[in-house]
Amino acid sequence: MSDVAERVKKIVVEHLGVESDKVVDSANFIEDLGADSLDTVELVMAFEEEFGVEIPDDAAETIVTVGDAVKFLEKATAA
Amino acid sequence: MSTLRRVVVTGLGMVSPLGSGVETSWSRLVAGQNGFGRIQGFEIDDLPCQIAAHIPRGDGTDGTFNPDKWMEPKEQRKVDDFILYAMAASTEALADARWKPTTYEEQISTGVMFGSGIGGLSGIADTSILLKDRGPRRVSPFFIPGRLINLASGYVSIEHGLKGPNHAVVTACSSGAHAIGDAARLIALGDAEVMVAGGAESAICRIGIAGFAACKALCTAFNDQPAKGSRPYDRDRDGFVMGEGAGAVVLESLEHAQARGARIYAELVGYGMSGDAYHITAPSEDGDGAFRCMTAALKRAGMKASDIDYVNAHGTSTMADGIELGAVERLLGATAGNTSMSSTKSAIGHLLGAAGAVEAIFSILALRDQIAPPTLNLDNPAFETKIDLVPHKARKREIRAALSNSFGFGGTNASLIFVGPPAAAA
Repeated sequence: MSDVAERVKKIVVEHLGVESDKVVDSANFIEDLGADSLDTVELVMAFEEEFGVEIPDDAAETIVTVGDAVKFLEKATAA
Repeated sequence: MSTLRRVVVTGLGMVSPLGSGVETSWSRLVAGQNGFGRIQGFEIDDLPCQIAAHIPRGDGTDGTFNPDKWMEPKEQRKVDDFILYAMAASTEALADARWKPTTYEEQISTGVMFGSGIGGLSGIADTSILLKDRGPRRVSPFFIPGRLINLASGYVSIEHGLKGPNHAVVTACSSGAHAIGDAARLIALGDAEVMVAGGAESAICRIGIAGFAACKALCTAFNDQPAKGSRPYDRDRDGFVMGEGAGAVVLESLEHAQARGARIYAELVGYGMSGDAYHITAPSEDGDGAFRCMTAALKRAGMKASDIDYVNAHGTSTMADGIELGAVERLLGATAGNTSMSSTKSAIGHLLGAAGAVEAIFSILALRDQIAPPTLNLDNPAFETKIDLVPHKARKREIRAALSNSFGFGGTNASLIFVGPPAAAA
C-alpha cells in the first residue's frame, strides 16, 4: 500500500470511527462507512490539511470512495 | 382550580462536579464533599479567578465521568461538552425511568426540553481564532451544529428516538429550571405524555472565566483554597465559583406514569416565573422579582408558604444572597423559623444554565430522603435570620414540599415546587 493510501486510511478511521479493515479502496464513505454529508465535507478538509493541497468543491464531489481519495491525492501530491 | 393534567417525575440523571450519576452526586453532597479545584486545561495565570468545579473525568470507576460511555468518540469531537453532559444525564434519566419508546405512538408522545445559558462558548472562541489565523476553509461543518443551544435537545432526541415536542430554553442561570417548568406545562396541556427536561453547561473556558470576571461576578479571593471559595451567606463570600455539568429529569403525566406502573419520585405541583425589569446582571435590591416568582409558584400549587419545608436557594455566594434571603423571609413571614434553606452551590459551584436542573434534582432527593443538604463554608453568617441555612452538615428533617429557586442575568426568575408522590391510586 502506498504512503498516500496509508495516510488516507488513517484519517478515515479517525474521523468516521470505523474498523480499519473496512476501509478498503472500494468502500463508499456514505454507503459503506456510515458517513453523512457533513462527515464527507470534514473528511475532505482533513485530506487538505494532511496533504497540504486544496480540493475544489467540484473535485470533492467526485471523491465518494476511499479509492477515489487515494487516486486524487496521489495525483495532486505528485504534481 | 385549573384543569391542567398532573405531572410527576419518574427519572433522574446527572453529571456534576461531585461525580457521574445522580446517586454518586447526591451521596457525596449529603456527606459534605465538594467538587472544587484549581482550573485545569487552559492558561489561568492572568485571570483573576483561578478556581472552578470541573467534572471529574476518568474511566468511570469511583464515580468518575467516562465520556466514551455516553457518546462515541467520533461524535464527542463534533460538539461542545454541554451536549455530551446533556446526553449522559438524559440517558441516565431515561434508564432510571425505565422508559424506552419503541412504538411510533410512544415516540411521538415523548419530547425533549433542554436549556443552556451559553451553549458552545469554548468552541466559538476556538473557531474564531482558527478563522482569523487560517481562514474560512478550515471551519468545520460541525462548528454550528455542535455549539447551538437547542442541539442538546436535538442530540438527545436523535439518540433515543423521541419525536414529540423538541424545544430549548435560554434564560441564563435559570435555563434549567425554566426548561423543567416549561416541559411540565407541555405535559399538563396535553402536548406530550413524557418529556426529558433539564439543563447543561460547559463554560469553564478562558473566555468564559474572563467574561464573568469582567462582570465582577466571580470569586477571586480564594485562588489558593478552591474548596473555600463558594460560601453562600458567609461574611467573606466574594463571588461565585463556576461549575459545569448537566441535570435531566423524566417528567410524565400522572395517568401515563400510573398506567405503566412507573416508580414516581415526586410531583411537580408549582412553577412560577417573573421578571425584575431592573438591571442586566444585578437582581432588584428589594427582592421583589424573587418574591413574586415564588408567590406565583405557590399559587399554581395551591399551597401556603408555610407548607414549604425546604428551599434549595439560588444562593450563588455573591452579594445577591441577601436579596434572595430577604425575599424568602418575606414569603414565609412568621413561619420562617420552620423552614430550612441551603445553597448546594457551596459544594458544586454555579452550573449556570444547568444549575436549575441539578438543583431541582437535589430538591427531589431531599424530599425522597427527608434530608436537607448542607450549605458548606458558612463559617460566619453575614445575616441574622430565623431560617435554618443548614450550615456545614446535612440535616435530617421532615420535608413535605421543596422549592427550588433559579435567577438569571437579564432579571429572569423561576421557582419550582415539588411534593412527594401521590398516594397509590385506589
